[in-house]
Amino acid sequence: MDVQLWTWILVGISFTLYFGIAIWARASSTKDFYIAGGGVSPLANGMATAADWMSAASFISMAGLISFSGYDGSVYLMGWTGGYVLLALLLAPYLRKFGKFTVPDFIGDRYYSNSARTIAIICALIVSFTYVAGQMRGVGIVFSQFLQVDITKGVLIGMAVVLVFAFLGGMKGITYTQVAQYCVLIFAFMVPAIFISIQMTGNPFPQIGMGAKVEDGTFLLDKLDQLHTQLGFKEYTSGTKSTWDIFAITLALMAGTSGLPHVIVRFFTVPKVKDARKSAGYALLLIAILYTTAPAVAVFARTNLITTVNETAYKELPEWFKNWENTGLISWTDKNNDGKIQYRNSEAVNGKPLFTDKRGANGERIISNPSAAENELYVDKDIMVLANPEIAQLPNWVIGLVAAGGLAAALSTAAGLLLVISTSVSHDLVKKQLKPNISDKGELLIARISILVAIVVAGFFGIYPPGFVAAVVALAFGLAAASFFPAIVLGIFDKRMNRQGAVTGMIAGISLMLFYMIRFKTGLIGIMDPLPESEWWFGTSPEGFGVIAMLVNFILAIVISRLTPAPPENVQQIVEDIRIPSGAGEAQMH
Amino acid sequence: MKNKAKKYWRENLKYLFILLSVWFIVSFGTGILFKDFLNQFKIGGFKLGFWFAQQGSIYVFVILIFIYIRLMNKLDKKYGYSE
Repeated sequence: MDVQLWTWILVGISFTLYFGIAIWARASSTKDFYIAGGGVSPLANGMATAADWMSAASFISMAGLISFSGYDGSVYLMGWTGGYVLLALLLAPYLRKFGKFTVPDFIGDRYYSNSARTIAIICALIVSFTYVAGQMRGVGIVFSQFLQVDITKGVLIGMAVVLVFAFLGGMKGITYTQVAQYCVLIFAFMVPAIFISIQMTGNPFPQIGMGAKVEDGTFLLDKLDQLHTQLGFKEYTSGTKSTWDIFAITLALMAGTSGLPHVIVRFFTVPKVKDARKSAGYALLLIAILYTTAPAVAVFARTNLITTVNETAYKELPEWFKNWENTGLISWTDKNNDGKIQYRNSEAVNGKPLFTDKRGANGERIISNPSAAENELYVDKDIMVLANPEIAQLPNWVIGLVAAGGLAAALSTAAGLLLVISTSVSHDLVKKQLKPNISDKGELLIARISILVAIVVAGFFGIYPPGFVAAVVALAFGLAAASFFPAIVLGIFDKRMNRQGAVTGMIAGISLMLFYMIRFKTGLIGIMDPLPESEWWFGTSPEGFGVIAMLVNFILAIVISRLTPAPPENVQQIVEDIRIPSGAGEAQMH
Repeated sequence: MKNKAKKYWRENLKYLFILLSVWFIVSFGTGILFKDFLNQFKIGGFKLGFWFAQQGSIYVFVILIFIYIRLMNKLDKKYGYSE
């Protein structure tokens, strides 16, 4: 059977499964809708959290990113897993004991103020929207690649699918579909990785294969370092970023991970404090399976790419090269007219390749903007995971499986984020502030309407991605680190922290981060262009700046809280209560 | 009652301090700050600093959370807070 047919079959089976679960786990109350009735077992919750967490970015882009950046890619590996240690030790158990529905709930009650709640809602919306737009784009790309439709149709199909899960089931439907999606995505990620590991090193564990010897008796990593040096790249295992920047980005990603509202809300769905700790443990264990495999996939893919393509005649290249060239994600320009591909450390193209209708002497697609540099090959980083099974000549069903896995990853994350957005509107905004005596049914209706609106907006960004979306997704972590993380940690560990301190800290943190982001990354369209790297403060990249904004938040909050009156007695009592695990009871309905 | 809660909290903080120190050392220490020094040692085909940054730190993170779960379950029992 061909790849197309396998893709249809595997995607079809997995989707039937998701729909079945979504219908079985329909939500009938706001509690079902927001926190799955509060009765999810720790293992199921761990799986759902893992699926929620591992997005299109983790599944499709991360290994590719590491493949092209070597050691520098470690920031994602450590940042996106180490955050769970902070989450498990500093946040999850206490927030579960607190026992409400959302992060703005905690901020609003702990800081006895609706303005604090509103600021938290705004932060949650900014963070979630930047994140979800990227997911919808990812869904569109996978659908378009594998079902051979254009990206717009791909996004529309994705919107329809997410709508069904989220609309019907709320948190309950989403949680149980995510359990299934976790199984699909981890299987889809591991199978090709294991195949390739055996092929290249004879070891079935990619984590070990990565450090094993290849056929000619040299270690794989040494061989890759050599290849890199020969082609003028820095050694794969060394990297190019400064130590401070690596430090800052890793810390920003860690703090951001543990401050992301769609991750935190997961820990409201388990019955007891004990279960909150346990499900954080399961979640990280299940995430670690993919995160320790991804760097191995990166090494295999990088070595395969260089050895297959470099100095090979275009006419003798395998089929996959031409397929991806046709999609516009690979380009080759024969700069020295030898008919062979020269891959070197320089930009082959000025920006992204612009294809013309013409074909060159060897049958390659001609681009209108090649650079003057020696390098002839352009490869989009995002194709590494998707193309990897083809590059390694794995059977067709494996390629179809990767499509199903990529879709599971993108859809599960999009659904979780959309739920946070709708909860922020229906619960935090309408129920807690605008119309406190709204009925359960009315609140549920508003929740569903806001999901609908959120999907349409997210889909719009997916179809017409403003140039800054991709850049901003990475920065969502900086925003979360600069706003939520200090407010929540201080709310638990510093009894003296009061409204004035926390509110000032959050506003200062998120404004500073937004300012730096606009000044150095996105620019303001028509008004100013982003400033270059040489202008960075203390040599900190926008991705790592979340750490500085977070520090400012912490310091301001502590200083100001000490200069203003202590929080009221009943609030101090809340803090005493959340520190003790027993008697968590069910999440309160207010 | 109040005293008991205070003692419980203090023990909890002590655990957090120890576990987070390990968390810091395996990621920011061995994986980033001392990476170049550690890279002169090898385990199998891995340079040690590189291994910590891309593999080892993640294993330690998982183990840390499970140790925390164990310690806290014991602590809860000791103070009669478990349920």
